[in-house]
Amino acid sequence: MRNTPRIKIITLLMLSLGAIPLIADSIDEPFYTVLFSRMLILSIGAVSLNLILGFGGMVSFGHAVYLGIGSYVVGIGTFHAFEDGVEWMGNGFIHILVAIAVSALAGLIIGAISLRTHGVYFIMITLAFAQMFYFIAVGTEKYGGDDGLSLYMRSDFAGLLDLSNDNSLYYLNFAFLLTSLYLSHRLTNSRFGMAIRGTKSNEERMKSIGFPVFRYRLVAFVIAGIICGIAGVLSANQTDFVNPSVMHWTRSGDLIIMIVLGGIGTLFGPVIGAVAFLLLEELLSGITEYWQLIFGPMLLLIVIFARGGIDGMLVALDRWWLRYSVKKNVEDN
Amino acid sequence: MKLGILGTLSLAIMLISQISFAETVKIGFVTTLTGGAGAIGNDMRDAVELALDHLGRKMGGSNVKVFYEDDTFKPAVGKQKTEKLVKKDKVHFVGGYIWSHVLMASRNSVVGKGPFMISSNAGPGPVAGKLCHEDFFSTSWQNDQTTMAMGEVLNQLGVKDLYIMAPNYAAGKGMVAGVTRTFKGNIVGKDMTKFPAQLDFSAELAKIRSVNPDAVFVFYPGAHGLQIIKQYSQAGLQNKIPFYSAFTVDSLNLPRLKDLAAGGLMTQFWAPDLETPVNKIFVQDYRKKYGRYPTFYAAQSYDTIMLIDSAVRAVNGNLNDKDGMRAAMRRAAFPSVRGSFKYGNNHFPIQNFYLRKVVKDTDGNYTTNVVKTVYTNHQDTYAKDCKMSW
Amino acid sequence: MNWILLLEQTLNGFQLGILLFLLAAGLTLIFGIMDLINLAHGSLYMMGAYFAATFTQWTDSFILGALLALPACMLFGIILEKIALRTLYTRSHLDQVLATFGLILFLNEFVRLIWGPIGLDIPLPQMLSGSVELFFGIHYPAFRLVIIAVGILVAFLLYLLVSKTKVGMLIRAGASNRQMVSALGININLLYTVVFGLGAVLAGLAGLMAGPIMTVEIGMGEGILIITFVVIVIGGVGSIRGAFVAALIVGFIDTVGRSFLPDILGIFVSNDIADTAAPAISSMLIYILMALILAIKPQGLFPPKGA
Repeated sequence: MRNTPRIKIITLLMLSLGAIPLIADSIDEPFYTVLFSRMLILSIGAVSLNLILGFGGMVSFGHAVYLGIGSYVVGIGTFHAFEDGVEWMGNGFIHILVAIAVSALAGLIIGAISLRTHGVYFIMITLAFAQMFYFIAVGTEKYGGDDGLSLYMRSDFAGLLDLSNDNSLYYLNFAFLLTSLYLSHRLTNSRFGMAIRGTKSNEERMKSIGFPVFRYRLVAFVIAGIICGIAGVLSANQTDFVNPSVMHWTRSGDLIIMIVLGGIGTLFGPVIGAVAFLLLEELLSGITEYWQLIFGPMLLLIVIFARGGIDGMLVALDRWWLRYSVKKNVEDN
Repeated sequence: MKLGILGTLSLAIMLISQISFAETVKIGFVTTLTGGAGAIGNDMRDAVELALDHLGRKMGGSNVKVFYEDDTFKPAVGKQKTEKLVKKDKVHFVGGYIWSHVLMASRNSVVGKGPFMISSNAGPGPVAGKLCHEDFFSTSWQNDQTTMAMGEVLNQLGVKDLYIMAPNYAAGKGMVAGVTRTFKGNIVGKDMTKFPAQLDFSAELAKIRSVNPDAVFVFYPGAHGLQIIKQYSQAGLQNKIPFYSAFTVDSLNLPRLKDLAAGGLMTQFWAPDLETPVNKIFVQDYRKKYGRYPTFYAAQSYDTIMLIDSAVRAVNGNLNDKDGMRAAMRRAAFPSVRGSFKYGNNHFPIQNFYLRKVVKDTDGNYTTNVVKTVYTNHQDTYAKDCKMSW
Repeated sequence: MNWILLLEQTLNGFQLGILLFLLAAGLTLIFGIMDLINLAHGSLYMMGAYFAATFTQWTDSFILGALLALPACMLFGIILEKIALRTLYTRSHLDQVLATFGLILFLNEFVRLIWGPIGLDIPLPQMLSGSVELFFGIHYPAFRLVIIAVGILVAFLLYLLVSKTKVGMLIRAGASNRQMVSALGININLLYTVVFGLGAVLAGLAGLMAGPIMTVEIGMGEGILIITFVVIVIGGVGSIRGAFVAALIVGFIDTVGRSFLPDILGIFVSNDIADTAAPAISSMLIYILMALILAIKPQGLFPPKGA
């Protein structure tokens, strides 16, 4: 593979993400570690949604449900660990395992019903399930209802990791992001992944070749849910606070927007999108109170002029660079 | 001669130490500046600015910088903004907080992390009780208190059957708990509506008409207060079933409600016509500067700045002396708009509560006047759950 | 069972349903014909309310204000379509979502810049601001009756337009087979503009009628937008008849659920639990309904023919 500008830029992005806590500490601005930590978590969420949305064409408008499930597993667990002294309920490994199990179950149920529909009907039925989970959380008085739960401790990784240190939490998030990217890469290039991609472009053909399309899609749907559930566990630890708004439909919408902004169906697109989205929000809102007046049209222009989001722009840059270097080669010879 | 030199020297040392102490006082102020509730935050910001004007923009000789942040009415955003104030702007005080759920979400990012947290409005039960903290102060009230006073008023008026409506969030639940604690009659109906999403109360109002209670009590802060009163009148209930409220009618929606709110009764710790020297100046200057009556939100925010000023003054601007500042704030020795008051062990004010009525002032503007005192030096019921003593 | 209360709540449900229908009719047409997911449809609702509030202030009459607001909405919608949305018709649904989301942000901020962060009021004329007594001692707010009447009238006119006129024929044809209409040599761009303008007027009408009941404020269109999407999906995308039926069902279920659920739940569980669970469950009802309907009929109640 040649070192095109796109590859260089993406490599630079990932390297800088890895160095953020060091930079933040050296300029004594620990706030940036927190800010970028949040980007990493939403990146994981976006990478997981991209698995089904980008590669499989399943536009789930309820993906934040899993963020909610993961968050509430931590919230409820640490609540009992703190209030009732049930120590194992504060254990981070257990949080992750339970989040995986519950997300998988939720994904299985939601997927089994939703995947019978297509297009906008699929979008709306996944939204419907997300809203149900949202209102269940609103109704559970014991865990704060609408007001949510403040965490009095973070997940306890048995001395292996001290999450109360923001830098350790950052690198845990970073490790999970790299893992989810690796998984995403392996999955989409496997036979299974090829089949999922096939269903996006032509479902009928895949069916007639003999692929059990429904089952394949369901499995992908569940895997995406599980990864996002883990992001939820991280998110609760990051914000020290859990409330139903983590699974509000606007949050699901944010995830979709990050993917579209970064580049649908590309490996790093969701990460680029999440970072760009939150960074723009932070920078623009620092400039003016009316920052959405700039941000809104910016999104519109990106859609109109840059097909394939920011990653699409990078691809265009590569093409231009290639043409340029070929021309230069010819001239040189 | 010798004495003269010594005197000059000691003066110089004092001055130098003053200078080295004169670090800028940084205050974060988290409130809602956009959306339907943005008007409240705007009012609070105006009051903070007025307080700074009155202080000559200095606290104990130090410069003051206020960072205003918009929580957009969402707990998660408020939390994030608070985090930024503490970690990035490194403020010494974080004030503001209209909404109980935003305060609850943000609390852990401030207390125990260095700065003092001062609630200018929200007063949920937990922070007054079990979760009370030496770094947390309130310049408002505990949520239940105002409606407990209302319960007493309803008893005195001989109300037997009461219908309650409130939004379903931390403060709404506290307010309802307050009125049910003191009200002695029957509660014949109760609706907790989705907040802030629900703005149309047609279904609930139809129920009220069908139940036909002696009185209706509601808690709907901000823009929701405007809605419920408008719709109450549109449903033809205004002159049929007496309507009592807490934090629902304020100086922001009163000019928009006009006759619809006339004669309305509510309980509160403060009113624009409260006869205290500080309040007179506050209301007068506020009206002169902004051309409208201040809200209770504004009054509490004004007190927030004055409380901070009393702390900074007490330690001569040495912002590292947290113990000194805490001790000063506990004395509540600042000129408060509500007159003098004491702090309870949980850092919530022990104060009077009044019955207020909507009236027209001499210029034809709508405002509220004190009818009578319901509670004198009232302390909230959560104070006993607070382990702190001093 | 209290029959008067039930009747009154039915009227309330009907009134909510009417507002939803006005929004849904435009949204479902734009979706069905242009294949555009327009998240900014709620912003048109907001603009309708703001226009009406401003014009009411200028003219001192709600009726005049409303009559001026409608053409303003149409103009606004047409400009929006020509500048921003036209380029999106051929794009994927996701591109449309991102672009129209950007539009929402822009329009909200635009409104804040022009009208300020504090909401506006639309004062009603004296005769509409109280309640009237209907039959059997039912009292009902006069203005809400007007909403119902206007809504039914508009629904009827829309029916005439769609089923009896040439434009209506093209709209129907467009909703079921877009390629065919353009292949017939119809000026498709003009049709799109007409449909979008129509949708904008209907959304604006809903907004200006909701204004006097609720506040006119920034972001007022977003909460109702998502329910409107529920309505058009239950009804079947592109079907005005479906939108009408679904809007009334959703309005009814939502209102009656809010009103009676605590009592119904109280029969099965303790009152305390019923009190806290009822608001949550009643908010969930319409989503449960949608999931059920889509699980049985994956294309909604009235799927457009040919789709």
